[in-house]
Amino acid sequence: MKIFIKFDFNAVCRKVLEEKLLKYNIKYRILGFGEVDVLQKIDSSVFKALTEELKEYGIDIIENQKSVLVQKIKDAIVEMIHSPELVNVKSSVYLAEKLSHSYGYLSNLFSDVTYTSIENFIILQKIEYAKQLIVSSDLSLTEIAFQLNYSSVAHLSTQFKNVTGITPSAFQRIIAKRREIATKK
Amino acid sequence: MDTDYIHIILADDDEDDRLLFTDAFEEMKINTKVNTFNDGVELMDYLNNPNAVLPNVLFLDLNMPKKNGIECLNEIKKNARFNDIAIAIFSTSSSEEHIEETFVQGANIYIKKPSDFATLKKVLSDVVTINWQYYTSGLNRDNFLLRF
Repeated sequence: MKIFIKFDFNAVCRKVLEEKLLKYNIKYRILGFGEVDVLQKIDSSVFKALTEELKEYGIDIIENQKSVLVQKIKDAIVEMIHSPELVNVKSSVYLAEKLSHSYGYLSNLFSDVTYTSIENFIILQKIEYAKQLIVSSDLSLTEIAFQLNYSSVAHLSTQFKNVTGITPSAFQRIIAKRREIATKK
Repeated sequence: MDTDYIHIILADDDEDDRLLFTDAFEEMKINTKVNTFNDGVELMDYLNNPNAVLPNVLFLDLNMPKKNGIECLNEIKKNARFNDIAIAIFSTSSSEEHIEETFVQGANIYIKKPSDFATLKKVLSDVVTINWQYYTSGLNRDNFLLRF
């Protein structure tokens, strides 16, 4: 038997955070968007233990200010790509408004820390989202192209090929064959 | 700490190729640490040591004596300890069928060996940068397929 699962990453992370903070009796307020307001002093040994436990779930506590802003840029980009009402918004305007910094500043900071540009990161994230939809939804390539605001399916296919070196249909074939092998085992 | 540099391993029996490879990484702005092995047996001996520092990206030459790239790939894919390693195949073949089969067997990256140094550097730099995004942005590794 095979079951298909869809994740709500935000809900999962929130739940894990709540459980862990509760475990250490820490008073907090989740501000959303990767920010937690801690309403009390935390002992450094408790802080260390909490950091370790969250790490097991792939949740990292970010301490450096630059990394915090870069993480906010990444989160905003992912949110933008995944929200149907935001796909038509110009990304530079959206990011500058959302994070209250000039786009020039954000873009330089981003390149310094991540070794890639905001533009390339957006393309990479869009293609990753397209892959996710190819693998886990019944949407056709045309519907996926529409959802991700590509002007045509050809445009999506070209960008997919440019980023990954393979075509969407080859990608789909490879993943399907891998699953077939995994099920046989 | 693992965020300070990216650990790269190459297994290739050709000494010139190994040299070009290490040179290419030395000229890159991302901080990397490169180890090389002369064949698949040497490589697997290293990886199978429980104390071994595992690489972020492993480059496998397809044609090696004793144990070839595909044999290494299959052994690596069977062991859950190696799940976090991105595997790049270096080959001289560009047969579509062959490439697809390599991906199906679990390779993440397929590189047709570039004939000049500038292209090699560009390709390796792209591989490391994109892998870095997977590593730092929580992208789904199961969907990580890249071909040059």
